[in-house]
Parts: sequence; structure tokens; C-alpha cells
Amino acid sequence: MSIILDKVNYVYSEKTAYEAQALKDINLQIKDGEFIGIIGHTGSGKSTLIQHLNGLLRASSGGIYYNGRDIYEDDYDKKQLRSKVGLVFQYPEHQLFDATIFSDVCFGPRNLGLSRKDAELRAFSALRSAGLPEKYWYRSPFELSGGQKRRAAIAGVLAMRPEVLILDEPTAGLDPKGRDEILGQVAAMHHELNITVILVSHSMEDVANYVGRIIVLGQGSVLMDGTPREVFSQYQELEKVGLAAPQVTYLMHELREHGIPADVEATTLQEAKGCILQLFAERRKNRDRE
Amino acid sequence: MIRDITIGQYYPSGSILHRLDPRVKLMGTLAYVLSLFMFRGIVGFAAATLGLIALVKLSKVPFGYMVKGLKAIMVVLVITAIFNLLLTPGEPLVSFWAFRVTQEGIKNAGFMVVRLSYLVLGSSVLTLTTTPNQLTDGMEKSLRPLNKIGVPVHEVSMIMSIALRFIPILIEETDKIMKAQLARGADFESGNLVKRIRAMIPLLVPLFISAFRRANDLALAMEARCYNGGEGRTKMKPLIYGKRDMVAYLVEAGYFAGIILLRRVALPWQG
Amino acid sequence: MKFIEARKLLFEYIRRDEEGNVEGILTALDGVDLDVEPGEFVAILGHNGSGKSTLAKHFNVLLKAGGGTLWVDGKDTQDGDCLWDIRKSAGMVFQNPDNQIIAGVVEEDVAFGPENIGVPTDEIWKRVEQSLKAVGMLQYRGHSPNKLSGGQKQRVAIAGVMAMEPKCIVLDEPTAMLDPNGRKEVLDAVEALNQKKGVTVIWITHYMEEVVRADKVYVMDQGKVVMQGKPREIFSQVEKLKSYRLDVPQVTLLAYELRQAGLAVPEGILTRQELVEALCQLY
Repeated sequence: MSIILDKVNYVYSEKTAYEAQALKDINLQIKDGEFIGIIGHTGSGKSTLIQHLNGLLRASSGGIYYNGRDIYEDDYDKKQLRSKVGLVFQYPEHQLFDATIFSDVCFGPRNLGLSRKDAELRAFSALRSAGLPEKYWYRSPFELSGGQKRRAAIAGVLAMRPEVLILDEPTAGLDPKGRDEILGQVAAMHHELNITVILVSHSMEDVANYVGRIIVLGQGSVLMDGTPREVFSQYQELEKVGLAAPQVTYLMHELREHGIPADVEATTLQEAKGCILQLFAERRKNRDRE
Repeated sequence: MIRDITIGQYYPSGSILHRLDPRVKLMGTLAYVLSLFMFRGIVGFAAATLGLIALVKLSKVPFGYMVKGLKAIMVVLVITAIFNLLLTPGEPLVSFWAFRVTQEGIKNAGFMVVRLSYLVLGSSVLTLTTTPNQLTDGMEKSLRPLNKIGVPVHEVSMIMSIALRFIPILIEETDKIMKAQLARGADFESGNLVKRIRAMIPLLVPLFISAFRRANDLALAMEARCYNGGEGRTKMKPLIYGKRDMVAYLVEAGYFAGIILLRRVALPWQG
Repeated sequence: MKFIEARKLLFEYIRRDEEGNVEGILTALDGVDLDVEPGEFVAILGHNGSGKSTLAKHFNVLLKAGGGTLWVDGKDTQDGDCLWDIRKSAGMVFQNPDNQIIAGVVEEDVAFGPENIGVPTDEIWKRVEQSLKAVGMLQYRGHSPNKLSGGQKQRVAIAGVMAMEPKCIVLDEPTAMLDPNGRKEVLDAVEALNQKKGVTVIWITHYMEEVVRADKVYVMDQGKVVMQGKPREIFSQVEKLKSYRLDVPQVTLLAYELRQAGLAVPEGILTRQELVEALCQLY
């Protein structure tokens, strides 16, 4: 069970003056249950890429296989694909429309042809999984704060019971606490619902804390693909495409330049803290021995 | 997709048309549009075609880019053609059911399609070579006399220029909302008319709310930048006629007079 | 003389039902005291809904206080006659780059402010050129704003304010909708205006990294100023900031946690370099 992209190319406004290649020969395999971060600056092709995964955009060439089936086959059910590969766009304001949050969340399952009752059952569990407190369920989506709107939007996609959940910049515009809360919720959903999660972001620090694999895009190509440690160790390469490793990675490198044998592969604050404390403890032990 | 609509989008190519006074261009567009409904016969048609070619060449806007604007009115063109084709009385060539395709019908359909296409292309030259601000400046100044009878000319032109600026933004936003709803299984394409109209609600509600929010933000931003109506405003680019504008007016007048004269010229093969 | 002086500033949003009866009152500003000296770079921090944007809108009288006093550039904001003078001397940049650009061409948008205040044509051209140059956008003067990146649009908006030659710019979450590159572009441009042209800057944000170089930081919560001081003083109080839904830059947090774990790292570390130096000394 997986998504496979085979030499996917995408050209915008083909055969016009504005022609631009947004994706170049993308080869990827996304396995069941992975937690992936897709990183790239604006214009790197990350939004274009995720819209291919649920069939909103059609590749100019190349193939995409979902659970082994070619999604470009004529009789492939696109609606079914979109319910299996759920995509939450950056701005919740672009999808919330109904009079109450609850009926809005029912929109997806109803479109799949579910009965009102089944749709409502799904909406209940989706709202719960997205962590939106019950007191907001019957309010208008437009009365909610940014963070709550985001949860409502995620619930609206979760209610379709996707196997893969893609979130495009889920923390944009949120304050630091709101950001941590949403990312924590996403991590919990990944764990509890046992789904594949793909997080699109331009914040290295956010991604490093949660994901198991990072895909770096630049000018429409996959530049790097690996664990956060592997990717961030190439921080000089990242800088060339307008990105940067988390601050602690730089710190560890600089400590090493100053003769302190720090672990340069630390990518999160906790890893860095553990490493530094251990170094100082060893140093003290050595001194005591002398 | 919908982002391909090009009508009304300024295309900076720095041509002579770009540098003309917008009032000249407004007048010229008016003259051209009128001429399209006045020309007769093949000679008039040739004159209008030459006029269009001259405009396109002078504007330095790629013709292909301009033609894309026609796509948006394709439906109108086709409907017009069909009506003219089927409903013009005259010598029948083919007939089926209650319809008769006549020679006059073919001629009329052809002329109407040409007229409408020329109309769109000709007037898109105006918007392609004139920034929305210049355009509204031109209108504001040309229509200023109406102020005396209580028409809020400045306000109306400000509204128009803002509308023009936000059209592309709202089109892009529509695209995004559509995709967000498609991702939740929405279907904008199938079903009968009632179903399709209902399907538009999840698209229109977010779009309207966003438009209102934008309007609110913009009003605040304008106020913060000391906007207080048209009174006491100066202009970065005040409209002053130059020599080339006078020449252009003469050319416009010449063209229009030519079209009228050509109406009177009875060519030997036209009875 | 202070450029801005706020004393016990109060503002309430009153919600009414259809008949006009008061349904609820939200106190957005609750006794705010604040001082800004000419030429300062002052940052106002706060989570979403803390009242910081409401405060910002008072500085150029887009909102009028319900109580207390606010003086801007020596003028009382309650005095209706001073309205346009205050707006001229304290310009404002908003969060959404699309919703504050009025014209369809960059230079015409920058000219919008000067046109409104009746600057003569020749002078407008001069100002437009200077302000676009100051934010590094001169080569885009003939472009349509729709083709620019978010950071570029924000710089155009800043130029539009600069062209009115204000003494102060108030930026209300100018980077909230931008990517990291755009954020840096805008912050760099504003810092340059502050340093080279001596423009007073009030920078409102919830990104902690952006206020490290500010002269003074105010932290707001529930309509009140809850902390104020130099960035170093503010950032040394990590727990307190967290209680206001904020955080500190990653390096500051690491330094703080190391200190908690018993390492003698000094308080209020702001930059990577400072932490590296501190650790090297201890090692």
C-alpha cells in the first residue's frame, strides 16, 4: 500500500508565453504510515506536487500509482482517490462555508454518498480527532479563532476517512502556542488513526520535531530525501536553495569548530540539549579523575 | 483554467499606444466599436480589419495572448452564430425540421462573429495598453462635466480601478476555493441545473466572505494613507495632451470618416 | 519629546444584536501605557487576540480610544482637527499584502499616499523614486503587483507609506503571511529605514526572532501590557512568555534549558554566537 510517483513532470500554461516547468522528473515512493515533511521555498513546486497526489492536477507526463493502480486510467474513480488522499489547503477560509462547523464537516462524507446519519457519525469522530472542543461544533465557522478554524478544516477532510492526510502549511498565521498545538494534534492523529501524514512547511524547526522523513524540493525537483538528520547535515546545500537547517544544527557545527566534540547531527532542541549536557558531564568526570 | 482569462489585464510592452493619453484611447475605442456596427460590405470590412491589424501591431502585444481573451466569449460567439444561421430569412440552402439555413444567414452569421471578435479584440487593446489607473483617470477627466449634475465621477472611477485590480486576485482565489472543495469530494460538473447551482454554494460563500474582508481591509488601508475623496488630490501622472495625442485624434477621426464614406460607396457588384 | 505617549488607553468592542441592544463587551485594550521615543525600533509582541492590532490602529487614529489619552507626534488623537496630520506622521503597513495595494502598477501605488495629501506632481515622482529605492524595489516600478512575491508586495506597501514622508511607520504583523525569505526581506528593509533614515518603527508580530534587535519590547496579553524592556530582559523570562502563548528563539530556549539543567550559562542569550561563546568559556 503506497503512493508511487514515476517520472512526474508538470508544465504550467503549456505552449504559451508563460510556460513554466513546475515539476521535473519526480520519482517518489510514499509508504503506508509514514510521517513526511515536504520542504521548499515559495515556488519550489511543493503545492503543485501535493495537488498531483490527489488528482487535482494532472501530470504532463509520468505516472502516479495509488496502492498499485494507475490513477490516470480512464475508469479510475477520482472522487474515491480524493477521499483516500485527503488534502487540507493552507487557508481554512477557503473551505469553510456552511452555517455550522458540524454541517460543514459533514460536507465531505455527504459528497461521498453517505447517508446523513453515517456522515454525522463520521463528523463526530473527525471533530474529536482534530481536537476541536465540542462547544464550538454548532457555531458558525466565521466566529472561530485562526487555530480553531484550522482544526475545523482538518476535521472536514478527516471525516472522509482518508488513508493519507496532506496538510499544506497548517501553521501559517498561527501564534507560537497555536502552532505547537496544531502540530501536536497532527502528530497525535498520525499515531492514533494510523494514517500516512504529509506535512508541507517552510519551517525547518517545525518539521524536525515531528517527521521521520524529509523531502526537499527546489525548482521543481527532489533535491534531498532522507531522515531529518541526513537532510540537515547537508545544511550548506540547503542554503543554496534558500533554506536553512534548524538553529541548533548550526550551533552544534560551530561548537565543533571551537573544539567541542558536539554531535553535529542533532536536529531538535532536545537532542542538542542532551548532547551538550553529556559532553559537559564527561568533561567534569575527566577533570575529577585528573 | 479560469486563470487564463486575459481581458482587462494590462500588458506592459512600452509601445506607442501605451504612451498615448487614455482619453485618446477611450475615444478611439468608442470610434472603433461604433465603426464595427456601421461598416457595410467587403470594403468596410477590409477597413475595419486593417484598423484592427494596425492596432495590434502598434500595441506590441503578442496576438496569441490577445486571442486568448476570445476564449472567454466563445459561448456567446457560438450562440450568436447559430441564431443568425438558423433564423435569417432568405433563399434556403439546406433545411431541416423548422429551420432553414439561408445564404443570407451564412453571411450574417459570419459578419456577426467577425464583429463580435473584432469588438473584443479592439477593446482589449485599450485595457492591454492602459493601466487601470490611467483608464479610470481618463474616464474621470472625460466625464467630469457630469459632476455638475450630481454624478460622483471620482468615486465611480475609483471603484472601477479597484475592481480591475482585484479581478485577477479574486479569480485566483476562486481557483483555490474550488480546489479545496474538490478535495472534499465536491462536484461542480455533473447533475442538472438545480444541482449545479446548489454545488456553487460552497464556492460562493467563501468567495464572498473573502471579498468582503478584502474590501474592509482595503478601506482601512486607504484611510490610513490619508484618502479623503477626490478633493485636493494631486496626480503623479496628470493627463496632459501632447502632440502625438493630437495626431492620434486626427487618425481616429480619419478612420471614422472613412468608414462612413465607405458606406456610401456602392461597389459595382453590390446592387 | 516622546513620539508616542499612551496613558491608560482603553478600547472596547461592543457587540449589539439586531435591535441595537448590547449583547457583549470585549475589552480589547485595558489601560495601556506605552512610550516611543523618536528614532526607536519598538516591538509589540502578543498572541493572536491579545489586543496588539487594536493598539496599532490607534496610532494613526483608525480607531479612537474609549478612554485614556494618546499623543502622537505632540498631537492629541482625540482632537479631530489633528486627524490628517497624525496619519501623515505615523504611516501604517498591514498584514495582508494584497489588501493594501490600491493601484495596478507599483509606482502608481506608491504615489497614492502623496496624491491624497496634495503633493505636487514633480515632487511625487521624486518621492516615489526615493522610497522605492529605499526598499530595494526600484527596478519593479513598472510591474503589476500581482506578479510580485509576498515580501516584494510588502516592500511596495512600505514604500507607499515612506512616500508620505512620515516620522514613524507602524507595521501590524507585516510578516504573518510571508515565507521565511519574505520575512527576512521585509525586516531588513525596515531595519535599514530605521537606521539610515532615522524613521521611528513600531513592529507588531508574534515571531520572536524578529524582535531580537529591537530597542524596546512590549508584550501584550488580554489588552494589557504585561512585560516591557530590552529584548534580553524579556527573553530571559521563558516561562512567563510561554504563559502568554509566546515562545523564544530556539537558541534562547536551549540556553535557558541548559541553565535549568545546571550549566552556568548566562541569562538572556539572544544569538547563536553568544551561546557558542558562553559554552566555550565553560568547557
